[in-house]
Amino acid sequence: MWKLFQIELYKIFKRRRTYIAFIAIAALIAVVQLGLKVDGKEYAAFVMADLSNTLQISGNIINGYFVCYVILQLLLVHVPLLIALIAADMISGESNMGTLRLLLTKPISRTEFLLAKFFASTVYTVSLLVWMAILALFVSMWLFGTDDMFLLKNNYAVQIENADIFWRYIGAFCFAALAMTTVASLGFFLSQFSENSIGPIVATMSIIIICTILSTMSIPIFNIIKPYLFTTHMVAWKEFFDLKVNDANITIKGSIQHPEKIIQSATILLVHIVALITATIYFFNKKDILS
Amino acid sequence: MKLLPKLFFIIWLLDINFSTNAQDMNALIEKIKMKLNTVNEYVAEGKMKTDIAFIKAPIGKIKVLYKKPNFFQLKRENGISILPKGGVSMNISSIMAINNFIALYAGETIIDGNKVKIVKLLPTNENSDIVLTTLFIDEPNLLIKKAITTTNENGTYEISFTYGKYANYGLPNKVIFKFNTKDYKMPKGITLEFDDGDKPNAEQKLKSKKGKVELTYSSYIINKGLF
Repeated sequence: MWKLFQIELYKIFKRRRTYIAFIAIAALIAVVQLGLKVDGKEYAAFVMADLSNTLQISGNIINGYFVCYVILQLLLVHVPLLIALIAADMISGESNMGTLRLLLTKPISRTEFLLAKFFASTVYTVSLLVWMAILALFVSMWLFGTDDMFLLKNNYAVQIENADIFWRYIGAFCFAALAMTTVASLGFFLSQFSENSIGPIVATMSIIIICTILSTMSIPIFNIIKPYLFTTHMVAWKEFFDLKVNDANITIKGSIQHPEKIIQSATILLVHIVALITATIYFFNKKDILS
Repeated sequence: MKLLPKLFFIIWLLDINFSTNAQDMNALIEKIKMKLNTVNEYVAEGKMKTDIAFIKAPIGKIKVLYKKPNFFQLKRENGISILPKGGVSMNISSIMAINNFIALYAGETIIDGNKVKIVKLLPTNENSDIVLTTLFIDEPNLLIKKAITTTNENGTYEISFTYGKYANYGLPNKVIFKFNTKDYKMPKGITLEFDDGDKPNAEQKLKSKKGKVELTYSSYIINKGLF
């Protein structure tokens, strides 16, 4: 299976379209960084307008950590679409080229074949996030410097000390990897039902878009289904950037306001991954391969 | 008809009393100003604690630079500082920097077990942002224990001072700055936080009307020409 996994990785990274996602992410991050570098003060003034009525907030607000947070907020909604491009093509691409039947004549089980493909798409997903981390976090830290992070939530604002931030990003990126792997699993699952790549890619994107809209809309009827949507749990990485306070309303260094939310969301995402991959194996093992 | 001279006499007495009090208070304010004038400049270090219901902030190390007559800078070391607007220069010298004012005696009260005089300062300059300043003065030690200032632009804020070993210079060990805050609510389009998040409870909402910034000075370097 290791050999199969290596072959799948080679196939993924040999294709030119694999790099579209890397280029797209680099371009998007560069645009945000350029905008904030040129007009960061105006952006900060706009965002802080409500607070500025009563408070004077001074310091390097638009610093590397803050910029990375802004980028993650914007991009982690769109990255699933880029992941779908590869994951939803993993099986359907073989069908489309007529190589699926040929591959399955090899002395390997279908389950091994699927797992090798899934792990290869997971590596692609993680490498996309590592690329994002390099550009969004490290390049931003280099361009904008580092300082405390001042984040605005809907009902309150949080200031996180400089020394207390980096580990939170490690946690956030690990969580994002789990969330994106869920997307890869969905694309992978849908990939087996089609003999061309377009269908599963569009279907994956459509499901993500619909679920994201349902997750973000505050309409009571949708609130019932929200907890069951994986898109609701994909944004739990933000919980790493909220701190507990003591009785004197002072933040507790190294704390997370709702660690249980992270654990719960991670568990739900993990359940999604296992369920989707199990379903993929189940259906694929019963499938009559004709192409 | 005999009543009229008596009435004039009472009014005259009250007027004399008022003038004497005003003069006394002016003299008291001048004495405090003279005491504060012995400080040409100082560098102070300490900690800042921000307690605003809708802000979660850590305690930060601060450095304060002051130079006569009105340079005051509060810097948080390696970090973002959150201070009440208009109250950035929260020091006694800035409170006493009003030049044209009428000082009125408004009674006495007890603060921290000390009897203090209440003096109201009314600026004579109509363009002044400060509408009224109420000072609570420890007369024997010539120390301002509390100041309540009402401004046109930034509302009313209250500053309490606690003194220690720098009391001879009129410099406090601890400054507590209380101010009014407005309700905070950010549109989801700006925060990009689409979940409902934590909602402040009724107690927090009530508390959110008041903000507090506490400065605790650990050391002062006074008149050493450091900057």
